[in-house]
Amino acid sequence: MSDEMDMEEGGTIKKFMFVNRKAPYGTIYALESLEVVLISAAFEQDVSLAFIDDGVYQLMKNINTDGIEMKSFSKTYRALEGYDIEKLYVERESLEARGLSEDDLVVDVQVVGAAEMADLMNEQDVVLSF
Amino acid sequence: MLHIVNKSPSERNSVDTCLGHAKDGSAVLLIEDAVYAATAGNMSEAKVKAAMPNVKVYALGPDLAARGMSARVLDGVNVVDYGGFVDLVAEHSNCQSWL
Amino acid sequence: MKFGILVNEGPYQHQASDSAYLFAKACLAKGHEIFRVFFYHDGVNNASRLTVPPADDRHIVNRWSALAQEHNLDLVVCIAAAQRRGMMDDNEAKRQGKDASNIAPAFRISGLGQLVEAGIQCDRLVTFGD
Repeated sequence: MSDEMDMEEGGTIKKFMFVNRKAPYGTIYALESLEVVLISAAFEQDVSLAFIDDGVYQLMKNINTDGIEMKSFSKTYRALEGYDIEKLYVERESLEARGLSEDDLVVDVQVVGAAEMADLMNEQDVVLSF
Repeated sequence: MLHIVNKSPSERNSVDTCLGHAKDGSAVLLIEDAVYAATAGNMSEAKVKAAMPNVKVYALGPDLAARGMSARVLDGVNVVDYGGFVDLVAEHSNCQSWL
Repeated sequence: MKFGILVNEGPYQHQASDSAYLFAKACLAKGHEIFRVFFYHDGVNNASRLTVPPADDRHIVNRWSALAQEHNLDLVVCIAAAQRRGMMDDNEAKRQGKDASNIAPAFRISGLGQLVEAGIQCDRLVTFGD
């Protein structure tokens, strides 16, 4: 226990990556993933988000959820910067496979190829996939 | 890195995406419905075989047995039990579940 | 080695909780420490003490409780995910003006910070979900 306290005081900083591979609204994973991301900001860790496969759909512009009576969390992605969460990686192959480009996304991101994404994942301490 | 996959390759693309991101020298552990990807005749057989020279592929034995697939495991796939699962997580510096 | 386990799916519907339980048992059998098991998304339903499976089936909830009591494990249910899904302990039931609580022994309800903390404190964090 004392070891843990020392680590806390020493300010352990780990690399956390949140991997998003699911589309929004059809299931709750995207929303609840975002809730963990926001909490993680309070722990001052090295946080990044990855959007792969259908996960890229989470970042679409022009989302309007009024007709399905769910709360839109589109704006939250734009608010991440205010929490010092600025590393948003979107996989190029996933965008292309869906006929999308960076211009279709609601927030500034870094578009990376699958090989670079694999490198980024590989260097993480903790990878949480939702 | 240890990659853990639990989806049948004929239902979801998790096995494909995982193999596309598994760097040389990493390991892939197939559990739950993903064990079908480790069996002969499955649609992802060619992809799994193509990955095997560079990536170590493991399948969880109890999940294979539960699905009647123990005798159909591809050559080169290492079958492990839950203790082996724990060892794989411990041996690799990080892990990811491709949910 | 210190392990953390994240369970993202409910009992019976999906194998995730079974896999996580058998993984946890194997960890303990090998002499590893389990720092925390965190239940998120529908995984919070693993904590319902009102669960009554058929007599000839495994009792997933009681099995977690028993393992926790035997090995002094910390089973944490995410409060935000729990509230959405009608899971609450006595304190929370009082606070929300509800007439019942439903959390099984050895589980406790707490915030998402407990998941991030597990990521920081553990050597490995393994996710089981859908």
